[in-house]
Amino acid sequence: MIRAIWRPACSIVLIEFLQQLVSGAAAGCVYAMVALGFVLIFKATGIVNFAQGELMMVGAFFGLTCVDIFHLPYWIGAILAVAAMAVFGMLLNRVLLRPLAGQSTLAIIMVTLGMSILLRASASVIWGPETVAFDSPFSRKSVTLAGLVLSQEHVAIIVATSLLVAGLFGFFRFTRIGIAMQATSENQLAAYYMGIPVRSIHALTWGIGAATAGIAGIMLAPVAFVHVNMGYLGLKAFPAAVLGGFGSIPGAIVGGLIIGIAESLAVLYLPEGFNNVAAYILLLLVLTLRPEGLFGVHTARRV
Amino acid sequence: MDMKRSYRDDLRLFPGGGTMAAYAVLAAILLALPLVAGNYMLSQVTFVFINGTVAVGLMLLIGYTGQISLGHAAFFSVGAYVGAVLQIRGVPTLGALVAAGAVTGIVGVIVGLPALRMRGIYLAMATLAFAFIVEEVIVRWTSVTRGNRGLNIPDPVILGHKLSTGTDIYYLAFGVFVIVLLAVINILRGRTGRALAAILDSDIAAECMGINIALFKTIAFAVSAAATGLAGAVYGHKLGYISPEQFSIQLSVEFLMMVIIGGLGSLHGAVFGAIFVVVLPQAILLAKPLLPTRIAEQPILDTAAFGIIVILFVMFEPRGLNGYWVRMKAWFSLYPFYRRGMFKRGRIAAADLVKH
Repeated sequence: MIRAIWRPACSIVLIEFLQQLVSGAAAGCVYAMVALGFVLIFKATGIVNFAQGELMMVGAFFGLTCVDIFHLPYWIGAILAVAAMAVFGMLLNRVLLRPLAGQSTLAIIMVTLGMSILLRASASVIWGPETVAFDSPFSRKSVTLAGLVLSQEHVAIIVATSLLVAGLFGFFRFTRIGIAMQATSENQLAAYYMGIPVRSIHALTWGIGAATAGIAGIMLAPVAFVHVNMGYLGLKAFPAAVLGGFGSIPGAIVGGLIIGIAESLAVLYLPEGFNNVAAYILLLLVLTLRPEGLFGVHTARRV
Repeated sequence: MDMKRSYRDDLRLFPGGGTMAAYAVLAAILLALPLVAGNYMLSQVTFVFINGTVAVGLMLLIGYTGQISLGHAAFFSVGAYVGAVLQIRGVPTLGALVAAGAVTGIVGVIVGLPALRMRGIYLAMATLAFAFIVEEVIVRWTSVTRGNRGLNIPDPVILGHKLSTGTDIYYLAFGVFVIVLLAVINILRGRTGRALAAILDSDIAAECMGINIALFKTIAFAVSAAATGLAGAVYGHKLGYISPEQFSIQLSVEFLMMVIIGGLGSLHGAVFGAIFVVVLPQAILLAKPLLPTRIAEQPILDTAAFGIIVILFVMFEPRGLNGYWVRMKAWFSLYPFYRRGMFKRGRIAAADLVKH
């Protein structure tokens, strides 16, 4: 990262802090996007998708294929990759997850864990196990903002996340399908009786969830390179989702940001190693002190 | 099929005389195995015992109590490291083994405590987080664990006898496995086992019936962790060298798969799962020449195969390998009256809603 060249001492500390904050927020946005897809799918279908990080990885490879192998212009390639991810998500739902409706949490966790391994293995067969660079129009450029030197990639991630969240918010608030999705996640049976096609809504949710992961992958790719194991990052999106209350979409965003920022500040202020586990320490704290998460509502359970 | 006519029948360690004889023969075969089997074979069976110890412990937690854990690799590593560090510091091997089990059991209690407030997916996340933290602690606590450089473990010495050959370790693993298996069977057939079964069905209902669910969930976690820790210590002796990367999240997933593929809610299933986990990589090794090179050269081929198999089992045979075993037994004992679909489970209303 490029640092400010010369400033008075206290200001350097501040600048360093702010830059770390922004790069943390950018990482947090990626977690947030993955967590968002995770929460969407969980809310609508009750399925805990441990393969969300792998969907992000597949999205990044789709983007890479479109742009670097088919030589499409970056934006067209990216849009195509996201659309392909949406179709891919619906396909996974149809083939693997719909037959599991009504099975126990453990069974579903096992299937999504198996799915994550399969996706990693398939990606390794198709694209090879090497680490690949994937340049975007923002690569290796920086913007200067009030004395802060920020990488354009980070800014792009933050902007893309904001746009995505605004788009999803509008979709859920103002469109018929969005409201039908909300109804489905509220109460599947009631929604079904109201004439909402629950199956199609599930398929659509998987589409949106996978597409969100795809966007995260494409935005992350220039920063972190594309490789088969980049999906492990998804394991940090789960704490983000839990932190925010698991069923809550704004919660997922805030949770992701908190984790991203906590990690990057841990690099700065805590001994080495803490940045790796900051997300999990936060997760355990939240689960012990407030299991319903920051934005969650405590619901009673029927026996 | 195993008809129980009295309460006493239900409390017996073995269902009947015939079963006991069968187990005795099996034990005799396993004891005599080093006389006939080669080193490689023996080593594989040793791994079956180690995995079997983990599987039995994990089965108690998942299959009999309904608590999910994605962190058993961490218990395994704690056991391995406690055993190794004590052994290196000159503690007698038996003492080190007991200490490994005890310390891991205590760690299990500590993990189990927050677990009292969580269920399902939250518990999975918490145990996952715990596993990551343990892995990081092992990497960073270099003064004790030597971090990523790993630890070399001296040969164990039991009652003045130095266990240096594969055969010795085989008997050690066998002994630990039998002890853990008998302990878990004993726990399950008594009052604790009933309480765990009630918690499995519904913890709230169990609480309403006066079961102290905090106590019993903690017991389940502690016993499961202790068994896994013991297995970890034996694993350390088997390999003679341990390092943090052997105990990754992937191992936790493999442990889980072992229990699922074996068949939840059955100790037979746990053992079947353990055998399966050891046999599958061998089968893949044999099948490798038949596969296209692009697929055969994949380093994660084994794990990928596990992934596929676990998905197939959950979708088509949720009772796991044990389901086949039970049906095969039924076929023989009911011959010629066995029908297909005798063990078919009723469909669940919620599933109908989405499927039609």
